[in-house]
Amino acid sequence: MAGLMSRASLVVKSKFSKLLDRAEDPGETLDYSYEKQLELLQNVKRGIADVVTAKKRLELQETQLQQSVVKLDSQAREAVAAGREDLARQALERKSGLQQQLQSLDQQTQALEQQQEKLVASEKTLSAKVEAFRTQKETIKAQYSAAEAQVRIGEAATGIGEQMADTGLAIQRAKDKTEQMQARASAIDELTTSGALEDFTSDQTELDRQLGAIASQSQVDKELEQMKAELGKGEGQKELQQ
Amino acid sequence: MGDGQYDVDDEVAKGLNDLDGQAEQALQAGDEEHLREVLRRMAEQVRANGARLPEDDLKPSEAIVPPDDLTLDEARELLEGEGLIPDLP
Repeated sequence: MAGLMSRASLVVKSKFSKLLDRAEDPGETLDYSYEKQLELLQNVKRGIADVVTAKKRLELQETQLQQSVVKLDSQAREAVAAGREDLARQALERKSGLQQQLQSLDQQTQALEQQQEKLVASEKTLSAKVEAFRTQKETIKAQYSAAEAQVRIGEAATGIGEQMADTGLAIQRAKDKTEQMQARASAIDELTTSGALEDFTSDQTELDRQLGAIASQSQVDKELEQMKAELGKGEGQKELQQ
Repeated sequence: MGDGQYDVDDEVAKGLNDLDGQAEQALQAGDEEHLREVLRRMAEQVRANGARLPEDDLKPSEAIVPPDDLTLDEARELLEGEGLIPDLP
């Protein structure tokens, strides 16, 4: 079995020679290769945009979950204040569930961030090499006979071929990661809309309703007390007037 | 891969070959953790002891260190197939 290093080298070379085989003569080979380089540059730019979009979506979900955590926390406090430990426990349990989700979202966002950095670095290097290639390509076309050009092309092209394979792999990996994240994000969205996670995020949860009930109950009690006090005072005054 | 090109001296190259052998053993043993660890060390060796080539250099590399987050399946694919590295556009 060959080592991984030499095998990687071999695969990269074979990918690139396959690409070059599609061109007819040296001049065309150069132009064709350059065209493909520009295409790849476009791909890597698109790849970066896709990662950024996926990251934004995760960040949005993170914000929503954070808001839910804050809300559940204050609901738990209200429940404790109202002497409803059972409700407080429910709220805290949900809060802890959400915090776990938040943690995993955070890791995913970081993973995407890394992919983005890799793609940006890859784009920068590819861009520099493409420019160098373009210059060499013109020189080769202008100064060498077809046979000589063939040799020169081999040298210039192999170097850029490596970077193309490298960038290609970076795009592929970022795409895989992004798709995984998007699938997860969609799953959370779906759970939320289908109601399975309704308790966590919906505005009117059972917890809300119960806490609302407590609040309005104590509001009713309070008003009742007030009315009683006012009436009592009134009656007292009446008694005095008599 | 993904880290640019570096010039390394013979001693570093020899060390890399040794590590490459270890990576192969890890792959054969089905030890993904160890495989990644070895690949990480290879990349570190290159970064720490190599001289980075300018970005616009078109010199081909003599060897390519695979990405250090390879899974076992990806490493096998690299050794036996051509699927890990995507076809060029």
